[in-house]
Amino acid sequence: MGVATAAYGVSFGALAVAAGLDVWQACVLSLFMFTGGSQFALVGILASGGVAAGGTAIASAALLGVRNAAYGMRMKPVVGATSWWKTAGAAWLTIDESTAVALAQEDPAARRRGFWVTGIVVYLGWNLTTLVGALIGDLLGDTRAYGLDAAAAAAFLGLIWPRLKSHQTIAVACAAAVVAAALTPVVAPGMPVLAAALVAVLVGTTNLLGRRTAREATP
Amino acid sequence: MTLWHIVLIASIACVALKLAGYAVPPHWLEKPAAARTADLLTVALLAALIAVQTLGAGQALVVDARVPALAVAALLYWLRVPFLVVVIAAAVVAALLRLWTGMA
Repeated sequence: MGVATAAYGVSFGALAVAAGLDVWQACVLSLFMFTGGSQFALVGILASGGVAAGGTAIASAALLGVRNAAYGMRMKPVVGATSWWKTAGAAWLTIDESTAVALAQEDPAARRRGFWVTGIVVYLGWNLTTLVGALIGDLLGDTRAYGLDAAAAAAFLGLIWPRLKSHQTIAVACAAAVVAAALTPVVAPGMPVLAAALVAVLVGTTNLLGRRTAREATP
Repeated sequence: MTLWHIVLIASIACVALKLAGYAVPPHWLEKPAAARTADLLTVALLAALIAVQTLGAGQALVVDARVPALAVAALLYWLRVPFLVVVIAAAVVAALLRLWTGMA
């Protein structure tokens, strides 16, 4: 996991600079926002639409951050926070990796330790590698000649790949991609991505193509 | 709105969402539709970003060196090649196509 996180961090730093952010802005995102998917989305939309797409870039980053709220609800009884500042720290470190490691442990002490250790290690590694990536991106200059725009698409594909496990998620991914591509020529940059989010809301609420969960099946 | 405003507002929004998870009653998420929608939202947004990042050029749709690069990336992920290797491979494919074939 350490190597994977480092790779994401370097990619993010380089892509952020390619999107027009400076090294400081790339580092501030990793220090404060600290949630990879949202950070990639923000710089991805800024790369296509510039500052004019700022509103939709912020909205997309926030929508991708919704899952962290869901993780927080699951992690609240796990992290053993006894004061408000520990709760705030736990919230800050609540990401895909810390949640996944915590939930993989059996007993409460191991879960708590898994959450905090993973969160802190990933935080340090993510910020260090973001800086390295941003400095590399700064050195490269013309990023298209180095294929960095294609690298961005490949990085997004890497983020989504482990999630494509059911017919429902694959169908949503395909439909969202088609919606976003079809709307690109007709609406302002950034909007196609937001419109594609409606596919998730539609399928999520109706459970189209999905299996009924045990909870829903019981009367 | 400047880039700094965008960076800071988006950061505050994402941190607020993380804090919200610890502040709201946990039974909110026990509704299967809410949990499912949160998961699918991530998938839909990332897929949309892939489409725009691969085909978009401003508000135009173009097929250029990014498309074969993404196809190579998909093949490599399928072969379980590590993330960093795939991302570099995609960049190299696009860069070489542009250098050798003059592809956009």
